[in-house]
Amino acid sequence: MKTLPKYWTLISIAVLLLAAGWIAFTARTAPQGTQGRIPAPQPGFLAPDFTLATLDGGSLRLSELRGKPVLLNFWASWCAPCKAEMPAMQRVYAEYRDAGLTILAVNATHQDTLSAAGAFAADRGLTFPILTDVDGSTGALYKVRALPTTFFIDADGNIVDMIIGGPMSEALLRAEVQDLLDEVP
Amino acid sequence: MLPTVHIGPLTLPTGGLILLLAVWIGLARAEKTAPRAGVAPDQFYNLALVMIIAGLIGARLGYAARHLSAFLASPGSVLSLSAQMLSSFDGILVAALAGIVYAQRVKIPLAGAADALAPALAILMVGIHISALASGSAFGTPTRLPWGIPLWGALRHPTQLYETVAALLILLAIWPRASAGWAPGVRFLILAALTALARLVLEYFRADCITLAGGLRAAQLAAFAILAVCLALIPRLQKKS
Repeated sequence: MKTLPKYWTLISIAVLLLAAGWIAFTARTAPQGTQGRIPAPQPGFLAPDFTLATLDGGSLRLSELRGKPVLLNFWASWCAPCKAEMPAMQRVYAEYRDAGLTILAVNATHQDTLSAAGAFAADRGLTFPILTDVDGSTGALYKVRALPTTFFIDADGNIVDMIIGGPMSEALLRAEVQDLLDEVP
Repeated sequence: MLPTVHIGPLTLPTGGLILLLAVWIGLARAEKTAPRAGVAPDQFYNLALVMIIAGLIGARLGYAARHLSAFLASPGSVLSLSAQMLSSFDGILVAALAGIVYAQRVKIPLAGAADALAPALAILMVGIHISALASGSAFGTPTRLPWGIPLWGALRHPTQLYETVAALLILLAIWPRASAGWAPGVRFLILAALTALARLVLEYFRADCITLAGGLRAAQLAAFAILAVCLALIPRLQKKS
């Protein structure tokens, strides 16, 4: 059987004192944090801003929605998981729209067609704004590697969570949205 | 950074795959060394299986309990395969409790069971940090040091690599051959103490830490408490045996 070093108690106290000193020293240089400062498509960072055309001919800028939580979903009409999660998104939008929720569904138009995206939205009775990413620049800005990809953005414009792939279950959507709305001052 | 891999029509999260691989390697290695901790291989696998299943159920129920109204509106979602709807804290708690209850029922000594699991947990820690490197999470503060990595708009401390190296060193330290001769339970406590110490030191370089009043980092305080408890328990266990 191994034996502990003779001065185990002293060594332990020394380790704990050093650890406490390190905690106190590092507390003086707390990191500035990334929220609200650096735009990047990652939880904990400011959601990168963009302006996109809507399917009905208007345009929408993300930063204009500051003060409201936003669910930003990248999708295409040929993507099976996107199709599967859209009805739940519509139900959640209908329920929480009046509480301040905005859903932006960015169609990956460079991999899709405007007519297919329009038909899809009309067929499923989607009432939230459908944005068209014609050149794929917004998808690239958000480093979207798979469809669907969904970002949950709080009222201050920070990304709180990101879900790659789908379909998202309705409970997950509701839970994420409720968390976002709970944070609204 | 490689957050997803494409296999045919499937897009899979790299982090999740790395974690699954770490669990598999960890259990396979720990099964071989479990007898040295006084736990037979089949007992070890049953224990691990009980803990994994209970942990997953606990993690899902914990998440559902925290978002009850969301699940009441969509009860079927409780069976969804979505990995996002898991509460890691609740999962770990339920897995640990299930492990304790199961070990007592089949008469595996708790200290031996904890020692048998230690190599698997150490390998899992390595997997967690590599998974963070793949997904770009657990990122560091900006730095001008030559080994800084470009991530999220700045050159940053490669905290995921620091933590991976620390986890590998801890794995070496608690590997059954290196820890032969310790009293039952000490290997597990040394794993916990070294992991807490590494977190306490490396948390300083993390940019995503939770800070409390006075700039104190929450993870450092929790790590300090774990370290203190482990340092106090180790000599007691060693003396007992």
